[in-house]
This record gives sequence, C-alpha cells and structure tokens, in this order.
Amino acid sequence: MNKPLLIKGGRIIDPSQQKDEVGSLLVTEGKISWLGKGDAAPPHPDHNVLNVQGLVVCPGFIDLHCHLRQPGNEDKETIATGTRAAARGGFTTICCMPNTNPPLDNQTVVEFVKSKAASEGAVRVLPIGCISKGRKGKELAEMGDLAAAGVVAFSDDGEPALNSYIMRQALDYSRAFDLPITDHCEDTVLTEGGQMNEGIISTKLGLRGLPNAAEDIIVARDLALAQLTGGRLHIAHTTTEGAVDLIRRAKEKGIRVTAEVTPHHLTLTEERVIGYNTNAKVNPPLRTEQDIQALIQGLNDNTIDIIATDHAPHTEADKLCEFALAPFGISGFETALGSLMSLVHDKQLTLVNLIAKLTHEPAKILGNKHGGLGTLAIGTEADVTVFDPALEWVVDTRDFASKGKNTPLAGESLKGRVMATIYQGKLVYKDDSVKLKEN
Amino acid sequence: MRTTEQIKPVAPKPAATWQHHHILDVDDFSREEIELVFHTTQAMKEVLSRPIKRVPALRGKTLITLFYEPSTRTRLSFELAAKNLGADAASLSAPASSVAKGESLVDTLSTLQALGADIVVMRHPHSGAPYIAAKHVEASIVNAGDGWHAHPTQALLDLYTIHEHKGNFKGLKAVLIGDITHSRVAHSNIWGLTTMGAEVTLCSPPTLLPAGLGGQQHHLPPVSIEHDIELALDGADVVMALRLQLERQQSGLLPSIREYIQLYQLTEARLASAKPDALVLHPGPVNEGIEIASAVAHGPQSVINEQVTNGVAVRMALLYILAGSQKQ
Amino acid sequence: MSRKVIMTQDDIRRTLARIAHEIIERNKVIEQVLLVGMHTRGVPIAKRLAANIEDFAKLKIPVGALDISLYRDDLSSLELQPTVKSTDIPVSVDGKSIVLVDDVLYTGRSIRAAMDALIDLGRPRSIQLAVIIDRGHRELPIRADYVGKNMPSSRHEEIKVQLKESDGVDEVAIISTPEVKEGQ
Repeated sequence: MNKPLLIKGGRIIDPSQQKDEVGSLLVTEGKISWLGKGDAAPPHPDHNVLNVQGLVVCPGFIDLHCHLRQPGNEDKETIATGTRAAARGGFTTICCMPNTNPPLDNQTVVEFVKSKAASEGAVRVLPIGCISKGRKGKELAEMGDLAAAGVVAFSDDGEPALNSYIMRQALDYSRAFDLPITDHCEDTVLTEGGQMNEGIISTKLGLRGLPNAAEDIIVARDLALAQLTGGRLHIAHTTTEGAVDLIRRAKEKGIRVTAEVTPHHLTLTEERVIGYNTNAKVNPPLRTEQDIQALIQGLNDNTIDIIATDHAPHTEADKLCEFALAPFGISGFETALGSLMSLVHDKQLTLVNLIAKLTHEPAKILGNKHGGLGTLAIGTEADVTVFDPALEWVVDTRDFASKGKNTPLAGESLKGRVMATIYQGKLVYKDDSVKLKEN
Repeated sequence: MRTTEQIKPVAPKPAATWQHHHILDVDDFSREEIELVFHTTQAMKEVLSRPIKRVPALRGKTLITLFYEPSTRTRLSFELAAKNLGADAASLSAPASSVAKGESLVDTLSTLQALGADIVVMRHPHSGAPYIAAKHVEASIVNAGDGWHAHPTQALLDLYTIHEHKGNFKGLKAVLIGDITHSRVAHSNIWGLTTMGAEVTLCSPPTLLPAGLGGQQHHLPPVSIEHDIELALDGADVVMALRLQLERQQSGLLPSIREYIQLYQLTEARLASAKPDALVLHPGPVNEGIEIASAVAHGPQSVINEQVTNGVAVRMALLYILAGSQKQ
Repeated sequence: MSRKVIMTQDDIRRTLARIAHEIIERNKVIEQVLLVGMHTRGVPIAKRLAANIEDFAKLKIPVGALDISLYRDDLSSLELQPTVKSTDIPVSVDGKSIVLVDDVLYTGRSIRAAMDALIDLGRPRSIQLAVIIDRGHRELPIRADYVGKNMPSSRHEEIKVQLKESDGVDEVAIISTPEVKEGQ
C-alpha cells in the first residue's frame, strides 16, 4: 500500500509504552509514523482510513512457538497457509519449530524456510534451529551457523533434550550467541506410551497417562543446568502446577529462565478428551483445573513470561483413527485470542496483561536483534492487531486458513475476535465488517 | 423346562427404557437397563434348554464380528448367540483381511456397513476404538473389549451369574483381585457392580492399580482398596480373580510372577476368609497356578463354567434388545 | 370414545364352562390334552379352563404359559422391542393335544407365532385353539376351535377383555377409538 493508513478511533493498548487510550495511529511506508489521542487527526489528511471504533488496537502478536510443517509435511500445513492462519489470529511474527523434514539443523534448510516466508508468507517468520544434529539428541547442531542464518532460539521440540550432558553443553555453548535453549520438558522414559494426562480421566477411559511428574522432573533438571552454566533457558508450553513453582523459585534465585504457556493449557482440562476426542490429544496434555489455576497465577506474577500457541496442525485423516494412534497437536492460531479472552471476561487476567504476554514480553525474549517488535512506538515496524474483545462467534473450522482443523473448540462459541491484522504496514487480514475507506 | 426358581422375579420396565443404539460400556447403563438384560437373559436361557435352541427373533439381521485381537470363546459366544436368534453371522479376523494392508479402522467399518452389517461386534487393542466406530457407521456396535477400557458383555454375564445365585446386589461385598489397570473386565465389572448396589473392594499390587480409584471422585465409581489379600477377602460374597495378563504386562510393574503368586494367588486357604457360600468367578482364560489355584478354579464355589454358559444367553439377550434400537 | 359391555362376569363364567365341556367332548383321550395359555391374559383363562375340566371330568390337566415375543413377524417394524416374558410348560409337548388359549382372536398372527413356538418345543399330536372373543379381520388362514362369542368389529374399535387375576374385574367391553389399533 502506498498511501498512508490511518487506524482510527480504537482503544490503543500498548504495554511497551504503558499506553491505554482511545485514539488513532498512522502507518506510513511500513512504519508507525504518528499516534494521536482522542479525536486528534494527523497533519496531512491524504490517507486511507480503517475505522476501528469500539475495537482494541495493539501491537501485532508475537508467537514464539509454532509448527509450520514445511519442509516435509506440506499436507498438514505450508508456510503460506500457516502464515495466513497466523494473520487471521492477529499474529504478525511467528517462530517456527525445527521439527520439519529435513529438520532445521543447518543453514541450507533455514535459508529455504526464510525464502519461502519472504515470497509466500503473509507475516514475519523467524526460524528456530535444532539443539542437536537431526534432532537426534546425540551431538550439538552447528549453532553458530544457525545463529548466523538468523534463528532466534534452539530447540528439539517435539522431543526433550533428554541427554543431560547434551543439554548442559547446549546451554553453555549457546551463551556465545545469546540465544535461548527452548526445551520441551518431558521425561520420555516415564511417559512412554502415554496418551493423555494421568489421572481420573485416563483411568476412566483406559488410556495410559503422562503424569505431571514427567514434566516437573525435566523442568527441575533444566533449571539446575541453567544455573550451572549461566545459559538462557526457555521452558516451552508449561502445563503443571509443579513446574510453575519450580520456575518461580528459580527466578527468585536469579536463574536466566523464561517460560511460555499455550491458550489451550490455560483454558481446557483433561475432560475434553472424554469420548476419545483426538482433537484434544496434545503433548503436553490438557491437565486439571488445579494446574490451570497455577498457570494463571504464574501469568499474573510473571513467573510465566509469555503466551505461545504451539500451533500444531494435522490433517483430518491423521486424527480420524484410534486415540492411541492419533498424533498429538492442536491447531491454535485462529482460536488463540477468542479462547484467551475468556480469562479476561472471567476477570482472571487483565486485558492489558494479556496483550503484554502476546507482544511486549515475547519481544523482550527476542531481544535487540529484532528490536521494534511488539510495540507501537513511533518509527517501529507497523505490525498492528485490531480486535473486538466482546464479539461472540462460533468456531467453524471450514473458515480456517490453516490446513489444520484439529481443534477441540470446533463448534464452540468464543467471545473475542481478531478483526484486522497489519504487517509491515500492509493489511494481511481484515474482517468484512471493518470498513476501509480508500481516498 | 422350568424357570429358575431361586431368583425373585424382577418386575422389569418395558424395553422402552432402553436408550442405547450401541453397547460400548457399562458405565452408561442404568440399574433398570441391567435388570432388563437379566430378565431377557432368563428367557434366553429357557430357549437354550430346548431341543431346538433357536428362535427367529433376529431373522434377516446380519451380525459381523471384527476382532483385531485373538479370541476363541468370546467370538464363538457371539456367533452362537446370533445364530440362535436366527441372524446371519460372519467374522472378520483382522490379520487375515485387508486391514493388514493398512486399511484404516473407519474404512473397514464403512466396508462392513456397505456389505449390510446390522450389528458389528468389535474387539480392538486400543481403548476407544468402538467409539470411533459408533460415530461413523449406522450399524449397532457391540464392544467385545477395547484396550484397557471396557468389556461390557463380560461384565453383564458376570453380573447375571452373580444374580442367579445371590439375587439382590445391595450390600453384597465383591472383591476383585489382580491387574486392575490393564483389565477391561475389571473396569466394566466395577461399574456394573457399583451401579447394582454392591460394595466393591480392589486387591492389587499398587503398581497395577490405575490413578484416581479409591478416592471420592466425580467420573469414577466408589471402591475400597486393600493390598493384603486376606484382609480384602474377609467376609466377601463374591470373589473375582483376574487373569495376570502376561501378554500385556509391561516389565517393571512386578518384580516377578513368583512374587505375585506369593502375595495374590487365590488359594483355598485364602478363600476361607470369605463367606462359606462366596462365589468364585474368573473371566477366562484361566492361568491355573498363577492368579488362582487349580483346586479353587475347579472347586465347589467356582462358577467359572456357568459364566461361559451364561455368556451365550446374555449375548442373545443383548442382541435381541439391541435389534429394537435400530429402528429409531 | 364410547364403551359398551358385551360380556359380564356371569357371561364369562358360563362361556368358560361351556368351552371346558366342548374340550372334553372333542378330545376322546382327555389325558393327552395340554392347555397352553398365551401371555398375558391367555394364561389365567387356561387355568380357569383346567379348573373347570377337573371339576367336570375329575382329571387334572397340565397348564403351561407361552411367550411369543421371539416369534413375532413384526419385530423389524415395531418401535420398541417387546419385553420377553417367560415360557413355562411343565410337561413335554410331544404327542400332546395342545389347546392354545387366548383372550381375543383378531388377525391370527399371534397364533401363527405360537404354533411356530410350540413346534420348536417338540412334536405335538395336534393343536387346537380356544378364545373368548373372535373379532374377525383374519389376515392368515387361522380359525378357532372353541369360541366364547363372535364379535364382528371394525378396526376403529378395541375389544378389551378384563380378568380378575390381572385387572380386578371380569368383563369384556368394546370401545370405539379414533385410531386404528395394531393388529394382534
């Protein structure tokens, strides 16, 4: 778009500047060029107008954990479809995990992802590199090469870095690049064959369980290794009460750890599996109300720094089978905001804090190399999300841009919806009800 | 021919109370529904005592058994039940068919439906498989055992066997001994016994007890847990020994079979702690000398053979009642 | 809806006495007779007939009860599966002159099912049929050997037989209802 775009009359919430006021903002040549309070209008009136009265305007959401499946599993998702889905969900920056085929353990594959994203992606894609070669957990991947290629973190996600020696070396070695090691914390020896949370529902359904302890064990181990090495640790998809406690105490001791939680782990319990619903099958699994309360408490006292979707699309055929044979994963981009807003409506989380956890806080973890993200400060990239906090809508997976229709929220009513997303000044998603006046 | 005198006649509600198009689990049966099954089983037993063990009630219906796990007695039991009611029965044994070529469960079921199956009796190694079936085909699905989850027809025949001897379940002390975690028979019996008003005690090594049982929990029936077999059997009216499932057993759950026998085998001496007229049940096949001593398995209190006989009658009753649900 | 009594308690008593005499007359070897009542009301009627026969011929005739749920030809179209009742016949049917007993004979389908059931139980010498009311509208070639009363009726009418044993009173009434009732 060549003409500047005025996003007019919304409630601008930008936690990075502690801003929460009704006003308008102007986007010029891909950057935020002007911000005005109340009815204030920008100096030169030659611009297109996006009327967002009654809606919230905030920095574009940043997702530090998602799966785009390309290269290798394009039937489940591609960078093109995944980024379009992200845009519909209000995400303007997404970090894709390296469990592709081939995995992102060398510069060539990283360049492939970057170039696909540049040519076909609707939003910004920042790749995450592997911790180990081939994700096999035996030898460190060439982290220097990967860092130079532009990865923002290292992870063997899907699997834990189970070998403590390798995990120690990874935390140590990565300090040279000031990039975090993101660990999927699961003691896979303990959880072998597990299908869902271990508890009364797994007993009722006759399914082998994944106990809380399996996550707590690796979280504790990783924290000890982070303390030992001084490296940066990021805990992927935290789900247990025990993990939240461990992270809280670690932060008190000054250990360099950050943690994320997914929208589904904040809002859905193991009861969703009843009826053998494979769309509720995810790793780590949906747990109990008690765990949810601990996670929300963790968000509120900053034990948990950010919210990340762990968007994990699968084909319908993949999930249409016996529960034990179905792959783990929930397609999350397009329901993230709607499901998270229930916490705001129930007054368990403030709207400002929710936005911070999706924008300013992830930006802090990404650091200065990606400065200017997660903010609406003048001069920064114009990544803007517009949403209606109160709109009720029913989840229809046929409307998803993602190839992954695997969500337990299919057919459910959510309250809160992304209405428009702007990436580098371009409208990459707009609901028909939002009026764009072109001058 | 005579009706079994010792049972107090139960006044059943008409089949209108039956709500189920499928038989997937016992936990969704009400007490009235279980009593309807008992009542109908009684009539079927009378049919089985005739020279011509056949009635035309299910004439024209096709029943197909789809067994992904080996089984002799259960499959035969269903096939006989179907034929005794005049239905046509055929069987699909998983390894021998196109399933082995990679045909998915849903595809196999669609094929069976296209072939005209009215009732599909399924046994599957994964919990929940019959629930997928129920969602994707119009035929009635009867769960003949899914993973660790349920074996409703076995539980119903166990309950019927107990009912024939003991009548009312209220206050009856029932003890289940063995690998509860991996036993779908145990799960379904726990549901069925508690629904009928019995008091259930589980006696098992702690590593073979699934999470959550024993507490006052929503979603799970109330049971007592007792790890000492003699204490568990004290005053029991019904004792059920469960097969130690060597094939599904994961190593590491028990130090050795020898130790299991030392601690949990149902011997004559231990059985003496139960009431003198206590019944001994076992879902079969029996590992004599492991979970149960031969003398007990063949002893006067054992009703193991009656369970098998009742199995055909109970399955006939279920197929008859289920056939009515197909018109809705 | 209108209701008219067509047999009183006395009428029923006299009818059952007459039928008992007829059974004795027509069955030369009365010892071979087996009365089988069809659930539900056929059973007490059969018992009363047996009592009458014992009175008149000084001979105890065995009485059985027959359930035909498993032999019906309309199972695939009924909305609900009929609850199975018990079949209890205390002697073998082989060689017996069975007198099947029911309250009302209508389409004849129940009798057809009853005959199939009896023949599955063994090889009777003969099967005869005794009913209190024959209301016509046969759909199969079946006729009663002993009839209390012939009562031609229209399909809109219901013939209701009530007996002390099950309903507290002995009475047969004809009731006009708007809908067509399911044929027996």
